[in-house]
Amino acid sequence: MGIAIASGAYAISFGAISTAAGLSLLQTGALSILMFTGASQFAMVGVIGAGGSVWTGAATAALLGSRNALYGLRLSSLLNARGWRRPAASHFVIDETTAMAIARDDPALSRFAFWSTGLALFSLWNLGTLIGALATHVVSNPKLLGLDAAPPAAFLALLAPRLRAREPLAIALAAGVVAIAVLPFVPAGVPLLIVALLVALFGWLRKP
Amino acid sequence: MIWGAVIAASVACYGLKLAGLSLPQHWLQEARLQRTIPLIPIALLAALVATQTFSTGQHLVLDVRAAALVVAVIAVILRAPFLVVVAAAAATAALLRLI
Repeated sequence: MGIAIASGAYAISFGAISTAAGLSLLQTGALSILMFTGASQFAMVGVIGAGGSVWTGAATAALLGSRNALYGLRLSSLLNARGWRRPAASHFVIDETTAMAIARDDPALSRFAFWSTGLALFSLWNLGTLIGALATHVVSNPKLLGLDAAPPAAFLALLAPRLRAREPLAIALAAGVVAIAVLPFVPAGVPLLIVALLVALFGWLRKP
Repeated sequence: MIWGAVIAASVACYGLKLAGLSLPQHWLQEARLQRTIPLIPIALLAALVATQTFSTGQHLVLDVRAAALVVAVIAVILRAPFLVVVAAAAATAALLRLI
């Protein structure tokens, strides 16, 4: 339950940032209903808000969504979702539901944790998005509220839990430096794709 | 234009989730794939932090967003909740602009 409330609060900031980035209420709501994976949604509206192409934003969102495939892999034997349940379960395969499901020892409890966390999150995530979007909709100049400083803080908060070891920290610092170094020479948003390509090459080619 | 990208990215994200639950297990169990995929969000999120703090369009800039990021880093180190981190950064930028 705590996790769902925290994510509702997190959705409020998504709704606010998305509206400030220039997406309409409907587009903001559609992202939360249809995409339903936080980091990808933040990245998409972050790139658009920073003046990048909407397609660069879409590509960044999809790249960030790649980790959900690995979560699905870990969950598939636990959930054993067949028939109509599989496409429904897929929508809920995100960080939080995976964490709750794999923390249980018993498969029946895992399934219960997955579906209950998924349903609670989906409801509060969309409610939070609506609140954040509506609240920001009435603000004429988002910069006055410092909303342009909100996306980097949101990305940092998403990144921090992944930095508990030395290698991820080094990769994060290198990625930041590379992105800044290529930024003046390529269109907005493209530094992200360059960084994604480089880290994929690094991961693929290095010795285990 | 925005709608097209919203739908395309949502379909891609859903496809990745469905693939994880549906593809033969050994496809995604390839060791290099298992090592590489978790690195992508780390690099992308770090690049997003850097570019969205220190640039406007294609220009590098140093403005109140850098101070806001410092506040966000402190909030994260103190393990503040998500909304507090974001609100503290936004409030810092807003206050500095008032001065």
